[in-house]
Amino acid sequence: MPEFFTSDSLPADVFDVVIIGAGVVGCAMARRFTLEGARTLVIEKSMDLLDGASKGNSAILHTGFDAPPPGSQEHGCLVDGYHEYREIHARLNLPLLECGALVLAWSGEEAERLHMLRQNAHRNGVTSAHIIDAKQVRRREPELADSVLAALEIPGESIIDPWSAPYAYMLQALQNGASLARQCALVGGRFDGETWLLETSRGKLRSRLVINCAGLYGDRVNQLLVSESDFEIRPRKGQFVVFDKSARPLLRSILLPVPTEITKGIVVCPTIFGNVLVGPTAEEQDSRSDASVDAQELQALVDRGAQILPALSRHGVTATYAGIRPASEHKDYQIKWYPGQRYCCVGGIRSTGLSAALGIASRVHGEYRDQGNRHAAPGKYVWPQVAGIAETAKRDWQEPGNDGIVCHCELVTRREINQALDGPLAPGGLAGLKRRTRAGMGRCQGFYCSAELCELTEGRLSQSLAVARK
Amino acid sequence: MKTSHCRVAIVGAGPSGLALASELASAGIDGVVLLERESKAGGIPRHCGHSPYGMREFRRILGGPEYARRLVARALRHGVVLRTAVTITEIEAGGSLRLSSAAGMERLHADRIVLCTGNRETPRAPRLVSGSRALGIVTTGALQSMLYLKRRLPFKRPLIVGSELVSFSALLTCRHAGIKPIAMIEARSQVTAWRLASLLPPLLGTRLCLNTSLREIHGDERVRAVNVDVDRGAGAPMTLDCDGVVFSGCFVSESSLVRVSHLELDPASGGPSIDQYGRCSDPDYFSCGNQLHPVDTAGWCWAEGRDTAASLVASLDGRLDAAGRSLAIKGTSPVIRYFTPQRITMMEPGYSNKAPAAHRQLQVRLARDARGRLSLRDGAHELSGRNISARRERRVLLPLPPLARLQQCQSLSLEFEPAQAEQR
Repeated sequence: MPEFFTSDSLPADVFDVVIIGAGVVGCAMARRFTLEGARTLVIEKSMDLLDGASKGNSAILHTGFDAPPPGSQEHGCLVDGYHEYREIHARLNLPLLECGALVLAWSGEEAERLHMLRQNAHRNGVTSAHIIDAKQVRRREPELADSVLAALEIPGESIIDPWSAPYAYMLQALQNGASLARQCALVGGRFDGETWLLETSRGKLRSRLVINCAGLYGDRVNQLLVSESDFEIRPRKGQFVVFDKSARPLLRSILLPVPTEITKGIVVCPTIFGNVLVGPTAEEQDSRSDASVDAQELQALVDRGAQILPALSRHGVTATYAGIRPASEHKDYQIKWYPGQRYCCVGGIRSTGLSAALGIASRVHGEYRDQGNRHAAPGKYVWPQVAGIAETAKRDWQEPGNDGIVCHCELVTRREINQALDGPLAPGGLAGLKRRTRAGMGRCQGFYCSAELCELTEGRLSQSLAVARK
Repeated sequence: MKTSHCRVAIVGAGPSGLALASELASAGIDGVVLLERESKAGGIPRHCGHSPYGMREFRRILGGPEYARRLVARALRHGVVLRTAVTITEIEAGGSLRLSSAAGMERLHADRIVLCTGNRETPRAPRLVSGSRALGIVTTGALQSMLYLKRRLPFKRPLIVGSELVSFSALLTCRHAGIKPIAMIEARSQVTAWRLASLLPPLLGTRLCLNTSLREIHGDERVRAVNVDVDRGAGAPMTLDCDGVVFSGCFVSESSLVRVSHLELDPASGGPSIDQYGRCSDPDYFSCGNQLHPVDTAGWCWAEGRDTAASLVASLDGRLDAAGRSLAIKGTSPVIRYFTPQRITMMEPGYSNKAPAAHRQLQVRLARDARGRLSLRDGAHELSGRNISARRERRVLLPLPPLARLQQCQSLSLEFEPAQAEQR
């Protein structure tokens, strides 16, 4: 049984590994350990995957050109993660938009700093990074504001789908024998020298290894299980504005600013769904769950977008959102083994988690193997194909028997929605359904389809969108 | 890909599309195909359960659904081919539509194509409102289709944002379903709809708060409360407990297809740019209804559909010059938000000036309340003008001179001269 629903009781036997948290890192971890033959269970406190830090990011697959230097955890994981994504994406039907990135210099000082950035890129192994002059920049991006002086071009930077990728990792884990328990929060646990006994909101669990992938709650899980944490989560909110698909022809590449010590700055980039994204802000906050947006910050993003791409001001805003990065007081990732306790913490995955997740998983597993742990790995794996919802994918509305379109803005069919609701890893709530299908994510934000969605989802989600009228 | 052909394809079966289709079919045009992406034709009136509809069209007061039903019945009676649950995914030069239905993709060629895709309200995101993304945040359209079409209640005590006609429609819809809105807020000092409408909320037990704007939405899974700024931000912000927010009005043209097509878009109106016959920049394409001028009543759109049919028949008969020179009307006053038609097509010798024009007057919308003289000018010469005292969001009409007169113009500009009192 791949998924233990809330009506099921948790199994009493011992797992090889229990992973805490089903964000992008937890999903990738579950996939790696399952493919290596470990009996794996993921517990997630929310009603869906990706309900924490992983739900809001910029969806860029980073090369690591501006990462900390080789030898850092982040660099190694990014490089490995980048390459593994490129190796496996087609087999899982995951999209990849190889659009490249330009780090834009708007002042003489920034243009100077491009040289340092190029050096860092080459040091990090991204040798294709090179500087181009204003004329070349404009040839590549004719809609850019006139005042651009030069750019560092990084051809390998790409755009992916931030949700279907981790979803595919988890799906592959489940189809190869892993288990998932949602709405299952960790309450406590103790290690008896051989096995962990974990207390959860849904009962007790036993496992020979625990991996903390709890993202925004990583330090708290450390405190609960090993009574110490080398880091403290310092939540950093990032707000984004999504522009209408009509704006998509305005740019080809990911447009990055010259970064500062504190932040990578505001990015303007295409999305895999054919929109234009502007963000994120970088706001330190105490709350680990408050992903609210702020009118002034959003307006500043809209204005910033129009400074970089003046024609953007003629296009509408489709959506706004905020994500919370699980940053810590440290610059590098905080991946740490507690060998005597068969416990591993994967913490402080601040903003590159989507790109690095597969690399983090294979490095953590490599260490696990080096510690002498071996499982009989199945020679052959199941490779599930996730539904193609990217702009360039062959979409269901183009196929016969799609049962008609429900969401007209994003061209989402009734069959796609039913398959998501009935399929494995069904969404817990409306947000999860939107992430899986894009229904209601378009420019009208539900003006046309929300009534239909209410009806279609009734009794099929953990939350109800509306109640029947008497 | 399956490919077919028809004489006229109409995209959108709301009041304007239905009126146009009926009129064409009754004028003897064979092969009028009306395409609707919803499962039923009728457009927005279909989920607007209250009166009044139908005075102009049926000489009686009807509720929205009954009005929509009658319009559809009339079109079918005249022989219009109605196809529902068909979404147009692309419009192409040469009079060709790509569409998707349950059967997959197909292509439809037509001698003429009319875009009647209407308008929609501005949802929360483009308004850049602070706060969380909780359940219970809807537009009036979404609320009404939930209540009337699917019989579902998304909340019990919402806040209504806005005071346009549709905002009062939202209020009536709520009361009809037993929902008690906690308040209706309007950022300006008076309601946007007719002044008398301000009597309605108190009668229905809902507070009307003028000079009040939404500051922030609170709630985790569902809306829990909102913060509002009162007295135009001068007073201390207030917290109102509620379980939903209705964003009403601020209609925008539903021109997604036009935006990514070869057709010229008018950035001011958000709809396709048309001439006095309702023709787009590609003369095989026409447009009418609220797509051109968000937002007008169903009756107005119906009449425009009917009038556009007459121009379209002339076009099919070869009485309209497809290659004629056209003169764009320039509008420079910041008081003028948009106007339509945006250009006048001149007829070359050999074509009559008498072909029926769908638009015999300019429809103008103001960006703010204003008093003064609105005029259409050829340089220093006023071709048409009127003194107006009009409020924002109201339709202002300015008659167009006969084409014979317009033919002689070197340039056309729409101007607004504020009244003396306003200048001071």
